[in-house]
Amino acid sequence: MKPDEIRRVVLEELSNIAPETDPAGIDPGADLREALDIDSMDFLNFITALHKRLGAAIPETDYPKLFTIDDAVDYLASKRGLGRPG
Amino acid sequence: MGTFSMPSLGADMEAGTLVEWLKHPGDRVERGDIVAVVETQKGAIEVEVFEAGVIDRLLVEPGTTVPVGTPMALVRGPGEEAIEAPAPELVSAEAAAAPAPSVHPAPPPSAPAAEAPGRPRASPAARRFARERGLDLVGMTGTGPGGAVVSADIERSAASPAPAPHPTRGLDLAEMRRAIAAAMARSKREIPHYYLSTTIDLTRAHAYLERINAERQPADRLLLPVLQLKAVALALRRMPEFNGFHTADGFQPGTGIHVGTAIAIRGGGLATPAIHDTDRLSLDALMAHLRDLVARTRVGRLRSSELSDATITVTSLGDRGVESVFGVIYPPQVAIVGFGKPVERPWVAEGRVVIRLLTTTTLAADHRVSDGHKGGLFLAEIDRHLQEPEKL
Amino acid sequence: MTVQTAAAPKSGVVGNVVQTTYREALHDAIREALLKDQRVFLMGEDVGRYGGCYAVSRGLLDEFGPDRIRDTPLSESAFVGAGIGAALGGMRPIVEIMTVNFSLLALDQIVNNAATIRHMSGGQFNVPVVIRIASGAGRQLAAQHSHSLENWYAHVPGLKVVAPATVEDARYMLWTALEDPDPVIIFEHVMLYNVTGILSADGGPVDIGKAVIRRPGRDVTLIAYGGTLGKTLDAAETLEADGIAAEVIDLRSLRPLDTGTILRSVSRTRRAVIVDEGWRTGSLAAEISAIIMEDAFWDLDAPVSRVCTAEVPIPYPRHLEQAALPQPAAIVAAARATLGR
Repeated sequence: MKPDEIRRVVLEELSNIAPETDPAGIDPGADLREALDIDSMDFLNFITALHKRLGAAIPETDYPKLFTIDDAVDYLASKRGLGRPG
Repeated sequence: MGTFSMPSLGADMEAGTLVEWLKHPGDRVERGDIVAVVETQKGAIEVEVFEAGVIDRLLVEPGTTVPVGTPMALVRGPGEEAIEAPAPELVSAEAAAAPAPSVHPAPPPSAPAAEAPGRPRASPAARRFARERGLDLVGMTGTGPGGAVVSADIERSAASPAPAPHPTRGLDLAEMRRAIAAAMARSKREIPHYYLSTTIDLTRAHAYLERINAERQPADRLLLPVLQLKAVALALRRMPEFNGFHTADGFQPGTGIHVGTAIAIRGGGLATPAIHDTDRLSLDALMAHLRDLVARTRVGRLRSSELSDATITVTSLGDRGVESVFGVIYPPQVAIVGFGKPVERPWVAEGRVVIRLLTTTTLAADHRVSDGHKGGLFLAEIDRHLQEPEKL
Repeated sequence: MTVQTAAAPKSGVVGNVVQTTYREALHDAIREALLKDQRVFLMGEDVGRYGGCYAVSRGLLDEFGPDRIRDTPLSESAFVGAGIGAALGGMRPIVEIMTVNFSLLALDQIVNNAATIRHMSGGQFNVPVVIRIASGAGRQLAAQHSHSLENWYAHVPGLKVVAPATVEDARYMLWTALEDPDPVIIFEHVMLYNVTGILSADGGPVDIGKAVIRRPGRDVTLIAYGGTLGKTLDAAETLEADGIAAEVIDLRSLRPLDTGTILRSVSRTRRAVIVDEGWRTGSLAAEISAIIMEDAFWDLDAPVSRVCTAEVPIPYPRHLEQAALPQPAAIVAAARATLGR
């Protein structure tokens, strides 16, 4: 999956979690917990959705690697099998 | 013949708008069935029926705003005959709606004074009690002057109210703000709060979560608030004076431990829906409930029983918030527990300075019901439970 | 001129108890005031040589002399006015009016002068006069000497109106009234003068602004004052035998009214019966009922009830007089009705 596709999935899931917001409109380098007013339950739902959509194992200790949109895309792309073309 | 009435979904609710009927005359209903959708300040609520039978007649038309307690439908019990001639005390939808000063956009009356004709004689105190408890005066046996229902009759028939939820419309944040304003102003006006604060070491609880979450898929992971809710619920078993309601007759202990959890809504507002029997739920069940409640709160799809049954409130400002929160009690409850953001701090344990994950835990409680000494014991009991997370 | 303050302990002293009458208690109170404060003097019709129409001041003329125990002409307007003037001049007069109907002749002095001067002078002059008035029916004094007009005075801002209903209050309200910078009217019900009661001999001044719960109860609040307190306590006794716990409030102060005590009690019991020897129309009972409606409506389990005097000039024949007045049986019936019994 290409990084662009991963980014699309990330934005889609953020929209599902915070439908009142516009994730595409925020700074992709900003802490999305602040930018989108996301609490721990929202964040867990976000991780859960990414896990379901992409099959990525995301241990709790890696949560800080997904606090911005850019970081999340990089992290997911680095997971085996996700970042490769195809 | 039973009646199905506009329920009270909180002490501050005075009226609701019928959105739609989900059952119609001739339909058989069981206790717990969802009969109607009602629009309130807290969103669209699915309302349950509390007795089994057959819907005999609908008394209120969709779109009508009626005061709490207004009969909305008649439910024929097993073996009861259908009403042939119009029952004198209950009239058609138009007539039922008209005398209540409440047709569509009209504001609800400030007191339950205006009621449909033929309502039972009831004293002012009885009406207030019934309203506070979401009870219906119709069909209640009165023992007061001239057979009037009096406050003691309401207490005797301490039956449980009856609604359920289903979503139809979303949230009206302005309405919710008004509801919060009314409840919080009442709280600060009437409840003599006292405030306690203590620091609780969450290191063990956090390690416990890390350990079990490491083995779990995201969908099965637990969050710290679940442990906090359970700890509060278990502590309440030994400290019942913080679990229940303060009414005109003093403290009424809750019949169960139904912890309300403050859930913020993006864009403003919050709700504090109850998780029924919190003390008896496993951590996994609690997590599932919490996840479901958060989702439904955010779209305004709570059930009436969730809005009216909480016996205490827990508020947690989460991992990004501030370090302590002193809550405002949600009347008629008598306590609110607040958990601040967990922070790593130097801490002295067994004579050594160590790094610990700490949270400032607070209690705001009703001084009419409890005293600071008991409050301190309550916080200590919560602490004790959080030190043994594996037993929660 | 020396002014001593009351040094006696206020309460809690049970040791020295005496049995006395309401009349003797008033007598002792006046005597104590005369001894304590040279500015105090008593005046009124027949208070000196005759010893007072109800014999309250008997013996005081001999002890204190005609300057301080002054018999007056039969002109209420004149001697009440003189009392007001003396108060303005720094004295502490006690003016006795034989019966409330005669006080009507002094109404102009009381309402237009005593009640107003402090306010009209911007606080430069106050009127610390105490006016004692006998009131009420029951002695077969017929329609012209049996009124209960406390309510007329309680209507007027600038006055304080109290109604001692017990021997204790008869003994200790006077000094508090004399210390008050405003005119205080003390209503003494004529049927109380012979009542005996227990008195702590070393009691102190009492607060005249507060009502007192004379008997606690949870089922219904009975509100009384002055001459109706005893009847109301009798009714509460009867109700108890019936399993009804009546709370009895003695208002003591008719202006200002201690609404807090009334409302707290009614909010507990959810029922109220007001016992008032005044006529029902425009009565003090009506005012109290209105206060309860305004501030305790949502706590009520029954309509507020009143037991008042029948709306007739008080009859002379004993049986008719008794029939016109509030009696324990009527209080019991009203209380039971609030409970749906």
